[in-house]
Amino acid sequence: MAKTHITMQVNGAEVEGLVEPRTLLVHFIRENLQMTGTHIGCETTHCGACTVDIDGMSVKSCTMFAVQANGSDITTIEGMANPDGSLSALQEGFRMMHGLQCGFCTPGMIMRAQRLLKENPSPTEQEIRMGISGNICRCTGYQNIVKAIQYAAAKINGVEFREAAE
Amino acid sequence: MNDMTPTREQRTAALEGMGCKRKRVEDIRFTQGKGNYVDDVKLPGMLHGDFVRSPHPHARVKSIDDSEALKVPGVLAVITAETLKTVNLAWMPTLAGDVQMVLADGKVLFQNQEVAFVVATDRYAADDGINKVKVEYEPLPPLVDPFKSMDPNAPVLREDLAGKTSGAHGPRKHHNHIFEWTVGDKELTDAAFNKAEVTIKEMISYHRTHPSPLETCQCVCSFDKIKGELTIWGTFQAPHVIRTVVALIAKLPEQKIHVIAPDIGGGFGNKVGAYPGYICAAVASIVTGKPVKWVEDRIENLTATSFARDYHMTTEIAATKEGKVTGLRVHVLADHGAFDACADPSKWPAGFFNIVTGSYDFPTAHLAVDGVYTNKAPGGVAYRCSFRVTEAAYCIERAMDILAQKLGMDPAELRLKNFIKPEQFPYHSALGWEYDSGDYGTAMRKAMETVKYAELRKEQEQMRAAFKRGETREIMGIGVSFFTEIVGAGPSKNCDILGIAMFDSCEIRMHPTGAGIARMGTKSQGQGHETTWAQIIATEIGIPADNIMVEEGNTDTAPYGLGTYGSRSTPVAGAAIAMAARKIRAKAQMIAAYKLEVHEDDLEWDIDGFRVKGLPGKFMSMKDICWAAYNSVPPGMEPGLEAVSYYDPPNMTYPFGAYICVMTIDVDTGVYKVRRFYALDDCGTRINPMIIEGQVHGGLTEAFAIAMGQEIRYDAEGNVVTGSFMDFFMPTAVETPHWETDFTVTPSPHHPIGAKGVGESPNVGGVPAFSNAVNDAFSFLGSTHIQMPHDFWRNWAAAKSLGVFASA
Repeated sequence: MAKTHITMQVNGAEVEGLVEPRTLLVHFIRENLQMTGTHIGCETTHCGACTVDIDGMSVKSCTMFAVQANGSDITTIEGMANPDGSLSALQEGFRMMHGLQCGFCTPGMIMRAQRLLKENPSPTEQEIRMGISGNICRCTGYQNIVKAIQYAAAKINGVEFREAAE
Repeated sequence: MNDMTPTREQRTAALEGMGCKRKRVEDIRFTQGKGNYVDDVKLPGMLHGDFVRSPHPHARVKSIDDSEALKVPGVLAVITAETLKTVNLAWMPTLAGDVQMVLADGKVLFQNQEVAFVVATDRYAADDGINKVKVEYEPLPPLVDPFKSMDPNAPVLREDLAGKTSGAHGPRKHHNHIFEWTVGDKELTDAAFNKAEVTIKEMISYHRTHPSPLETCQCVCSFDKIKGELTIWGTFQAPHVIRTVVALIAKLPEQKIHVIAPDIGGGFGNKVGAYPGYICAAVASIVTGKPVKWVEDRIENLTATSFARDYHMTTEIAATKEGKVTGLRVHVLADHGAFDACADPSKWPAGFFNIVTGSYDFPTAHLAVDGVYTNKAPGGVAYRCSFRVTEAAYCIERAMDILAQKLGMDPAELRLKNFIKPEQFPYHSALGWEYDSGDYGTAMRKAMETVKYAELRKEQEQMRAAFKRGETREIMGIGVSFFTEIVGAGPSKNCDILGIAMFDSCEIRMHPTGAGIARMGTKSQGQGHETTWAQIIATEIGIPADNIMVEEGNTDTAPYGLGTYGSRSTPVAGAAIAMAARKIRAKAQMIAAYKLEVHEDDLEWDIDGFRVKGLPGKFMSMKDICWAAYNSVPPGMEPGLEAVSYYDPPNMTYPFGAYICVMTIDVDTGVYKVRRFYALDDCGTRINPMIIEGQVHGGLTEAFAIAMGQEIRYDAEGNVVTGSFMDFFMPTAVETPHWETDFTVTPSPHHPIGAKGVGESPNVGGVPAFSNAVNDAFSFLGSTHIQMPHDFWRNWAAAKSLGVFASA
């Protein structure tokens, strides 16, 4: 099958590749770019494990062709740590609040959460729950993921994090 | 001592040992996308394999034509049952003593069954190849309803079993019958029913569902022809078992098989067994001489690799008028699909379903289980459950509510009246188990007080009255569940898998600088073993948990273990850790005595080292002992500081808990709202409360899913109608209720650190709590039992059948 040349920004770096028109973006990221933090859980846009950030929007990369991302600016989980390599507020929040177990949904969950917090820096619990409803977690029951995002929001906003009472 | 000397509390805290909410070490890599899951494994020249699957639930395979597929660019081979027969691998043994087709051999027995394996240079080319394989089928009548499996004229599903009147678990009564398993005293139980003042009888079904971890089943197989070695990276909950199975069925020397389970994206029982994908990828690698990857997609996962449950339980309780239970009689019809691929210990065809007497003091009980074949996917596995314990807990907890309803008693009161009392432990149940410890009444009363149970019942009474007056269309249900689990399989006297006793293991090796590595026979799939195992060691030998690296999943380096499922890791491997650590400490004591120039008996353990009794200043830290172990051990002693323990548990452990669910249901729409869910768990000694709470949250969410909608459903023609996340209910953050957790601590008397295991309790106790809440809500309208799953439509249908629309 004829291949198409594509270029894009991924985590701030210019990348390029030759792909078939049918190549899914998630496969381009995982196979061509060798960034395996973006996961595949369902191939039907339900689970959100493959969520990346494209031009300021959360996108499930299992249902987008790589050629459709030509020329775009993409952030994946590999681009989420602080510039000095330390955990960013969200990554730290997930760890501090026990917001992950097997870790398979986590990259997609963090990618979605960072966009959510950019859209709404101080979300309520209900807004967080609605905001991550495109991402499925099988391990945590979400309660600690909500807390992780609240922790990150507080840290980013420079306010003290107060865990909601049980 | 100067001010810088740490206090005892500071020294203890520095260890981050047992009881500490230690943050997880795994999270550093997982939050950065640096986990290493199977699909992340990439080898030079690696090929991809994928399956041609059957669209028919039951059909004869007339022919398979791969000529067009082999012309597709990138396609290198098409493997069929005929190929596999040349290496005697067309069929494989299941863990339940049955055999299973690896690829369709003459016929297919369930929709999406594996028919051929296409090997290509990448996954897209493999898919192209699949589309070009021509398979000619002759459809046969499908058998979908397990209650019709043993009809005289039912179609013959398993032609390979023709003439076999007995199977792995005794006589077969019919060509679609697998086994009959009976436990208990039938005569005594029948007698109890004959003289009972009150009896109840109900057919309680636990529908078919699926563990569906977010990462599907997958593997990479790489055969080195020169060395004759096979390396398999796979999503394996039990890597050593896989190695032994491969050695036995592929006739490869076991030392030349390297099984590696890297990070695993959830298991929940789905990743215990062996699947055709593993065999085909291994054979493809041997045939092509290149590494071959097989990655299941979600539809394949839901429709082909092991389902769970599908138990249909006819349940009877005998009792006195005052509500004292006098007998339990249960008959189960177990639908195993096309092959009995249960992942239970070998001697237990229905797992530990004989825990069905639950938390109650039944003087007598009798249980019979009939396993049957249908044209459905094979199984069933223990989905976040210790071998059919979930089914048993659901059965007894639903039945106790039905009995309470018949007696006009409060269901919590009925439970309190019939609990096994604290002084009865160790308790011998009527169906053969020895419960280790428990204090059920305290747990139940704590739960009732916390949720203000009496007030809830009053509120419910008022709501029911208002409903009858036509003032509201909402009904309120209070679901009570008190479960006893049986986990920690298990003692070699009654538990084995393929003849291997179900011990587990730990090897600890201390390094000179006071650090160490622990290697385990278990395999975490999200449970956080790298964090918690180090905490046990920290407390046992006084080395900070941060200085202990935990390694699992590599069969070349790990001691042999039976893996992680059935909440067995803490009860079995957790004990092995403590025992290995105590061996380390015993040797350390000898070294310390030598260095401090005293007799061993003059030393006492003190948090992180040994102290000479009565001489507070004479102390040698474990860190210093590690150094000494490598340069100045007592004469005659071997240098080094390491130990291994293979722990054969003397008994199972019996965690328990009290759960209460408060729910409202709108009868006009069937929409329910979980107002409150309270879960009290007693898992004995608590190693890491943060991780326990996380396990409970996750297990409750899976219980919520199962009880309220998650189902693998087939239509009358045998088509799977719940084959993707569009139809298979996976709760999101929006639907998932808020969880309240609580605990009591009743240590296991036979476990070295008193721990019992917790991962599966919330699923076991959660499902009956939800279902009892729904049933409790409807009960005042005249219903006794409504089958799960309780989705909106079924709630609406239940309301309709109870006539609530007639008066509207």
